[in-house]
Amino acid sequence: MKISIFIPCFINQFYPQVGSQMVELLERLGHTIDYPEGQTCCGQPAFNSGYWDESRAAAEKMLEAFADAEVVVSPSGSCGAMFKVFYNDLFKDTPQQKAAKALSDRTWELSDFLVNKLGVTDVGARFDAKITFHDGCHSLRELGIHDAPRLLLANVKGLELIEMKYPICCGFGGTFAVKYPEISAAMAEVKTDLIRETGADYVVSNDSSCLMHIQGYMDRRKINVRSLHLIEVLSKQ
Amino acid sequence: MSATTTDSRESIFARIREALTNPATPHHRAVHPENVAPESTLKQWLPAVGSTLDEQIALFAENCVALKAEFKACSSLDEAVAHINQLAADNQWTKIATHHSELTDAVASKLSTAIYHADETYDKLVLETCNAGLTGCEALVSQTGSVCITPHASGGRSLSILPPHHIVIARRSQIVADLPATYALIKERYSASGYPSFISFSTGPSRTGDIERILVLGAHGPKRLTVLLIP
Amino acid sequence: MIAPKKLFKRDVVQNTADVPRRAFVRNALRGYEAKRDENKAKFLDWQSARDVASEIKFEGINHLDKYLKQFAQNAEARGTKVFFASTAAQARDYIVNLAREKNVKSIIKSKTMTSEEIHLNDALEKEGFGVVESDLGEFIQQLRKEPPYHFVFPCMHLKRDEISSLFHDKLGSEPTNSPEELTMIARRFLRQKYIQADMGISGANFLVAETGMISITENEGNARLTTSLPKIHVAIVGIEKVLPKLEDLALFLPMLGTAGCGQELTGYNTQIGGPRQPGETDGPEEFHIVLLDNNRTALLADAEQRDALHCIRCGACLNVCPVFKNVGGHTYGTTYAGPIGSVITPHLRGLQDWKHLSGASSLCGACSEACPVKIDIHHHLLQNRRNAAAEKPVWWEKALWIGFAFLMRRPFLYYLMTKAAPFGQFFHPLIKATALDPFLAWTHSRECPASATTTFKDYWKQHKKQKDAASV
Repeated sequence: MKISIFIPCFINQFYPQVGSQMVELLERLGHTIDYPEGQTCCGQPAFNSGYWDESRAAAEKMLEAFADAEVVVSPSGSCGAMFKVFYNDLFKDTPQQKAAKALSDRTWELSDFLVNKLGVTDVGARFDAKITFHDGCHSLRELGIHDAPRLLLANVKGLELIEMKYPICCGFGGTFAVKYPEISAAMAEVKTDLIRETGADYVVSNDSSCLMHIQGYMDRRKINVRSLHLIEVLSKQ
Repeated sequence: MSATTTDSRESIFARIREALTNPATPHHRAVHPENVAPESTLKQWLPAVGSTLDEQIALFAENCVALKAEFKACSSLDEAVAHINQLAADNQWTKIATHHSELTDAVASKLSTAIYHADETYDKLVLETCNAGLTGCEALVSQTGSVCITPHASGGRSLSILPPHHIVIARRSQIVADLPATYALIKERYSASGYPSFISFSTGPSRTGDIERILVLGAHGPKRLTVLLIP
Repeated sequence: MIAPKKLFKRDVVQNTADVPRRAFVRNALRGYEAKRDENKAKFLDWQSARDVASEIKFEGINHLDKYLKQFAQNAEARGTKVFFASTAAQARDYIVNLAREKNVKSIIKSKTMTSEEIHLNDALEKEGFGVVESDLGEFIQQLRKEPPYHFVFPCMHLKRDEISSLFHDKLGSEPTNSPEELTMIARRFLRQKYIQADMGISGANFLVAETGMISITENEGNARLTTSLPKIHVAIVGIEKVLPKLEDLALFLPMLGTAGCGQELTGYNTQIGGPRQPGETDGPEEFHIVLLDNNRTALLADAEQRDALHCIRCGACLNVCPVFKNVGGHTYGTTYAGPIGSVITPHLRGLQDWKHLSGASSLCGACSEACPVKIDIHHHLLQNRRNAAAEKPVWWEKALWIGFAFLMRRPFLYYLMTKAAPFGQFFHPLIKATALDPFLAWTHSRECPASATTTFKDYWKQHKKQKDAASV
């Protein structure tokens, strides 16, 4: 299958290994990868801030970049939800409404794609560690993804998954994290307490933006838990 | 009435009609009316209730335990009377309030405690001094462990809420499976002749969790609720 | 007057720093969550029940004229006085005038958020009427001269010792550590008030159009007493509370109990369809229902957010909201706190003054998931943000996002920026978390991730080259 990948701006900038490991895994599974080079940012920061005209201006470029894609796969549930859910709102009653719908229909979040489109649940990974899993809210509630990443993790040899008691938001929320840093940090505090309660060495998620927030908070508090994107676990041998 | 304050009925209706000229926007989670089954099938979503009377009585009893209400299935009216007399003796009751009805009259006539009939011209100060209120009921709801009361079946509004102990006397045939069935029953009984001004479901004794979410019984209404079922 | 946003930000800073209080509220709500889940599990199908509840409210709200008319006709036919109030002032005036005309001496109230919304107590007290709140939590809040913290659990933020010293100060009771004893102190005090009161004021959870009844859900029995003993009963209710049919309650009462309190059914669920009727033993001689608009019709006119009027004020969205749990109910600075409050307050009280509430959300969606009538709460927060920016953009935000769009539409320029970032970050530690730090809002509590010198775009160029070379 020819897979067009959508690498969110902050993964490009801060976590390029998430993108490259995704490319390598999908290639190993026998697929052809295309990275439309015109892609920049999906426009979510402006969208979430209420500036939909500016968001649309950025998003138009993404519609163009992915116009020919058969399937689009993103390693971020949040940016994936932007394509899949919010572009329909953003382009409602505009000339690009149809194009947005078409992109929405072809977009997948990575774990969902592996499990529910490719039918892959075991990628042959091995990782001797205790981990806990954080559901990004967009992934969980906008896309309804809960089981797919867990199925993949269940087949990682040597791995022990310990669930947190409450599946709550980490407090990132995009521009919310800088508009209301006190609330955002308070939420991160509660989240990291739940992570530490599990006794896990790693917190894993299918969303790097949440991890950026959680890791940033834990680093400041000198908490010795590391964050990993799901693909980084699936790439361990 | 209140001539100084003008009623805005017409302007509110005008605004509502104006507002509704635009149909509601369907959203991501919208379900559509045509997908929803008629309400007579509410049962299929609500908590389950057994189909036989015995199952329903058992569930009602189970609910009472959870609600910290007292439930007793009596083999006769006399057993119910004995139970109330025992309560009265244990708690040194001096006066039990009640209303006139076939069942309550039958019980009250055999009680050894003084009776105050809170009918028509009762004095709320006297009612307040009664140790218990004995009432009938419209129905007992198995699903929720609720006692359904109306002025027709249970006396006045205050009788079942002012005294610190509410005693309900009911026949087995008054057990109703669930809330949909109870409302159906109420409609059947009253929709033609006129509804009572008051229908209430008492589910356990009065309770509060307002202080640190710790359950306390008898916040304002009865601290205890006793349901006596007779054949 | 200090702008609501300024007050909000001030209280956010103060209340998020109160770690013990936050933990106290969080633990209380975790207790609620466990009970809620237990009772949700009793439903044969909770999710379908939500669908049906949502559709019943949809029917009611989208034919509000029809059902309100039906409600008023049926209520009036039984001798109930129905008054329609466009504004808070009209509703207050009606009730104050009524109290004056009837020569009312003392008023007992059961819990009503609608009366909080119109600041009824202040109006009555200003006219010299004594008003006593009878719901235990509301009574405590009234003694504290503080609005309810949460619209179902009014004093959930208070610890027993705080309540004990409050009662000691205001009621002269002996200090006690027992919630039961504290409850009994209030019970004893309020008993006399019920007996004396000549007017009872309540709210209502539902208006049943078919029968012209109001329905009141409570646990304590205080609403039962308030609506039974005084000779005048006034119910103040928002116009959006309609349900078409009586049997709709068979679904809504258990859903409200479950979502709101984690109880299959609350202690007392009462339908009142008029004053004392011929042949009935007791009940008020007069029953007045004040139906309040107060900008609800403005929300109704917003076709996109109309479903916010489906709200049954169960509080489920507050109980699961991480923002609510961390800032607390009073921080919102308005009657309806939490996610649903952040949606409706801009409609009820002005978008520009209250848009910050819609901004103060991570959009996690826990609220929409918890809502028993499936209001699309967190998406409405996004819509409020959009509407606020479209109506009156903040100039520097607008400039920022224009710059953002300019950059994102130019992949090569964007690429150059991503390459420059690591250099900028090299010098960042010099000013990190100081007043000079442009990223202070982030670095005040979090470290920044390191910018990669080899971005994904760089990797891809390399990778593609290798692939192309291999395929030749």
